[in-house]
Amino acid sequence: MSLTDEERQALEELLPHYPDRRAAAASAMHAVQQHRRWLSDDALADVGEFLGMSVEELDSLATFGNMLFRRPVGRHVILVCDSFACWSLGYAELRAALEARLGVRMGETTADDRFTLLPIVCLGACDRGPALMVDADLHGPLAPGDVPGVLEAYA
Amino acid sequence: MSRAMRPDGEPAFFADYVAAGGYEGLARVLRELQPQDVTQAVVDSGLRGRGGAGYATGRKWSTMPVVADAPHPKYVACNGDEMEPGSIKDRYLLGRNPHLLVEGMIVAAYAVQADAGYIFLRAQYDHPYACLERALAEARAAGYLGDRIMGSDFSFEIYLHESIGRYICGEASAMLNALESLRPNPRARPPHMTGAGLFSRPTVVNNVESYAAVPGIARNGAAWWKSLSASPEGGTKIYGVSGRVAKPGCLELPLGTSLRELIEVHAGGMLPGYRLRAVVPGGASTAFVPAADIDVAMDFESLAHVGSRMGTGTPVLLDDQTCPIGMTLNMLQFFAQESCGWCTPCREGLQWSAALLRDIEEGRGRMEDLDLLAEQVWFMGPDKTFCDLAPGAMQPLEAALRLFRDDFVAHIESGACPYSRGGSEVPVEEGATWAEPEPPAGPPEPPAAPLAPAGGAGR
Repeated sequence: MSLTDEERQALEELLPHYPDRRAAAASAMHAVQQHRRWLSDDALADVGEFLGMSVEELDSLATFGNMLFRRPVGRHVILVCDSFACWSLGYAELRAALEARLGVRMGETTADDRFTLLPIVCLGACDRGPALMVDADLHGPLAPGDVPGVLEAYA
Repeated sequence: MSRAMRPDGEPAFFADYVAAGGYEGLARVLRELQPQDVTQAVVDSGLRGRGGAGYATGRKWSTMPVVADAPHPKYVACNGDEMEPGSIKDRYLLGRNPHLLVEGMIVAAYAVQADAGYIFLRAQYDHPYACLERALAEARAAGYLGDRIMGSDFSFEIYLHESIGRYICGEASAMLNALESLRPNPRARPPHMTGAGLFSRPTVVNNVESYAAVPGIARNGAAWWKSLSASPEGGTKIYGVSGRVAKPGCLELPLGTSLRELIEVHAGGMLPGYRLRAVVPGGASTAFVPAADIDVAMDFESLAHVGSRMGTGTPVLLDDQTCPIGMTLNMLQFFAQESCGWCTPCREGLQWSAALLRDIEEGRGRMEDLDLLAEQVWFMGPDKTFCDLAPGAMQPLEAALRLFRDDFVAHIESGACPYSRGGSEVPVEEGATWAEPEPPAGPPEPPAAPLAPAGGAGR
């Protein structure tokens, strides 16, 4: 596999932001992930070829950041805040409702590839706790009973 | 800082911002002031960094080389990696008034004669990112960014950079590594960032709210900024209250507003049926303040007097029905998980402290564990680790051992958590080494490792 024209263009647009190509690595992996959902070994090889970096160099960064996915994820990623404000406001009940509704546990993807459920640290939305994000959307405060309604919007 | 904010809660973009006096500070600075005068005004304002450490912003700027033969390029960078649990103010500022950061950074760049700026934003701030993207485009279109800004001979550009995740990226020197796509460990100091920072060039790093204070100081002067305060420290602060209160949220108030006023007046008081037990005043790396001390003014000096810190100035409340040990464990587990692993005391010590605390919370604790925990507080105290992550983690633990002694003893003596909110409700991450995995119900499945390595635990 190699970069699509669209991906290549996205990466070209990033390069002027940085004084050298290698410094664009994090943003480049982000950009490719937006097109492919997750970063396979092939994806890293494609980015590496573009930037003149080895897969290993990229992987050392990709495995450090928890928002670069090195395993497949579903069409929608749910990030459930488990930090202390949300924890004290009903995180456990919210998590249980999500796991029951989706039939998966934290770290897993639904069989229909629709949702991946992941833990996340504080979302900066303690005033809306317990909170979660689905893709780019912040939701909260949520009672366990709100879960079906929230998930419905994501096909 | 809230002047341009819209009552409907939507972001204030260019028209709203300019109508509220936006970019007048920048215009005045470019028209009337030498770069050193701008830095002097920020020094005179007494502005202290709003990201947690409280370092004097003007003093930091004054260490940047601005002589005629100073090396170029120079950078200004904004730390928008708001990831410390409890911190909610940068999301609020950027989502409501994004031009404030843009103007603040341009003024700062003029003061230190920087060539380019980076805004480092955490990964989950999609809405703030979109607001900033639009604000930057509007500023560019209006001639406030780019070549020869407003007809002056000053040129400057700002780039947005989204984090790949992890709390350590909010440590200023680790953030510079992250911006360079290097492994985001903190850097050794010296050299200081204003000497050799981003790409080894002189760099000023400030928090979102610190930059947001700059346009007002540029427009109205240092004396005006100081006069806004209820404290000798000067100025205003974006406070935010979370927990079981009637009206959680953010509000700009005079710096030095008391914690009691914040909670009882602005946040509407505790919800019926709950009593205040303690407050975490400014993020998970600040020590609990007991309910008896909430008349304290929320400023840097006053909070130090009650054994805590201002941090980000966004209190999270502990109520009387939530287990204080469970809460402390949650905070400690966060730091253990987010340790970059670079230095041993932090990488190993935080895991062990969390394990000890989990034993106590789940009824397996021994009285000796309290002494061990107190030792860990000392071992991971200031200046014993590579950066401030572990010392920050020790602050709530130290306070918990001091303030909640009776709760620790009750857990150990009864062999269980006496609270309804605590105990088994503490989140257990997959792969954690200190917790026995629950036997799966039904047929055994292959173990599920997290897709995204949110946890350093057991790794």
